[in-house]
Amino acid sequence: MSTLTIERLTVGYGDGAPVLDGLDLTVPDGDVVALLGANGAGKTTLLRALLGLTSARGGRVLLDGADLTGLPTEDRVRRGLALVPEGRGVVAELTVAENLRLGALWRYAGRKHARAERDAAVGQMYELFEPLARRRDAPGHTLSGGERQMLALARALVTRPRVLLLDEPSLGLAPLVVAQLLGVLRDQARSTGLTVLLAEQNVTGALSVADRGVVLSLGEVVADRPAADLAADPALRHAYLGF
Amino acid sequence: MERLVFLLSTGLARGAVLALFALSLVIVYRAARVVNFAQAALAIVPVYVAVAVTSATGSYWLGLACALITGALLGAVVERGLMRRVPQDNPLAGIIVAIGLVMVLQAGLAIAFGPDHRPVHAPFSQRPLGVGGVPLMSPYDLFVLLVAAVVMGALAWLFGRTSLGLRMRAAAFAPETSRLLGVRVPRMVTLGWTLSIATAALAALLLVPTGLGLDPHAADVLFVNAFAAAVIGGLDSPAGALAAGLLVGVLASLVTGYASAAAAPPAVLGLLTVVLLVRPHGLFAAREARTA
Ligand SMILES: Nc1ncnc2c1ncn2[C@@H]1O[C@H](COP(=O)(O)OP(=O)(O)OP(=O)(O)O)[C@@H](O)[C@H]1O
Ligand SMILES: [Mg+2]
Repeated sequence: MSTLTIERLTVGYGDGAPVLDGLDLTVPDGDVVALLGANGAGKTTLLRALLGLTSARGGRVLLDGADLTGLPTEDRVRRGLALVPEGRGVVAELTVAENLRLGALWRYAGRKHARAERDAAVGQMYELFEPLARRRDAPGHTLSGGERQMLALARALVTRPRVLLLDEPSLGLAPLVVAQLLGVLRDQARSTGLTVLLAEQNVTGALSVADRGVVLSLGEVVADRPAADLAADPALRHAYLGF
Repeated sequence: MERLVFLLSTGLARGAVLALFALSLVIVYRAARVVNFAQAALAIVPVYVAVAVTSATGSYWLGLACALITGALLGAVVERGLMRRVPQDNPLAGIIVAIGLVMVLQAGLAIAFGPDHRPVHAPFSQRPLGVGGVPLMSPYDLFVLLVAAVVMGALAWLFGRTSLGLRMRAAAFAPETSRLLGVRVPRMVTLGWTLSIATAALAALLLVPTGLGLDPHAADVLFVNAFAAAVIGGLDSPAGALAAGLLVGVLASLVTGYASAAAAPPAVLGLLTVVLLVRPHGLFAAREARTA
């Protein structure tokens, strides 16, 4: 559906050395790109900077050619970027249903059948994530880690984003749940043409659903290969991922 | 017995005003995570406007409407123009700015209108009505209770049933996640201040005819008691503010009636101390969120 272009992006904290220094990366329309790299490589920093949660010192972020630089987070979201942040981004004090409704509010506001469209979109999420349907009136803080991650993903998908960014969705989850989440991701990408940038430590899982793998090290892209090559070639894997 | 019934019912009416003011503190606390020490000064400015409009036009209702509008505007202006620019990393900065604002507003009012009490008349009689010979409450007390109930019902509906309320609650609980959900968080904060100061202005307007009259400090004691009530209720909880406001109102009325007016503030303080000893987060504090 959409192409995300990152041009010479420089991001740092305080007055320290930049964490990302002139990073260039293109996530093409409909691709699933795995963003890999050691702890502290700058994956979270990149995703937060794309949403404007961490401010960039320089460079540009383009969504289908439109410059997002300087826009506040909520406007980037409204332009079609969605982030599932590290550590399960749901509003813990609200119920499952309220979280989903909140995510969908701006998306369908001002339409003729806003409420019906919103309810339909939320209903689709309940079909996709059956455990959420059972717990729709439960407050977010009572959900298990896996349910929370499902909710975070569902509230991102409910807005029908153009580009979906995910920060370590598999962190702390059982293998079965991880497989299920990644499966949903791959199916959504195939069926809707959603563009995905997936930051993961779970290299095998991420590469199994990705088209391309991008390895970040010390704030730079050190490898950008088809996912299958990275997964299959032990030499490449060893050189860039250390195993 | 007669005395007890009378004290209870007037206490309820005073408590309703307290609850309303406490609610205004809770609203701004939830929206912006600040305890607004300027609430009394901000609430009394709209009352001056109301009194001026009422004496110019003869209409209490027009004055009331102007107080609400002035309160709402004042809340928005103070948040946009002042509070938003205060560094957020340390709550002290906001408190100092609020205290500065109190000084400016109260001194400004005293310069413009003089420091004296101006008598303010209630729109209804303040003479207690009797039921079967037992004095209960005055028509004005009834009016106060009714207004407070309507406003609280409206606020409960806004926060609990509307999508605007949903966005405001989310923005208060989790600003960053809310932005990721597309909520315009800064706008929700402004709206919180708007609602809060309008509610506080209404409470102050309801209070003034029952006291000595209008002066720049007329809402100060209300603020102190309402702050105590808000903390007793949990600072984060509208239901807590309501319950604790009524409780404090009734307590102060009983102590005033059976002991003396001078004993009421220590009694409120005692209640506050006991509640905080037993439940440090207040009576209605939200259960601790699961963190893992
Ligand atoms: N808020 C912050 N203040 C200062 N430095 C930070 C902050 N957040 C991250 N950093 C630094 O930026 C660098 C990149 O961190 P980042 O969180 O982006 O890495 P990551 O690739 O997401 O790592 P992980 O795989 O462990 O999540 C690290 O050196 C980290 O110490
Ligand atoms: Mg990270």
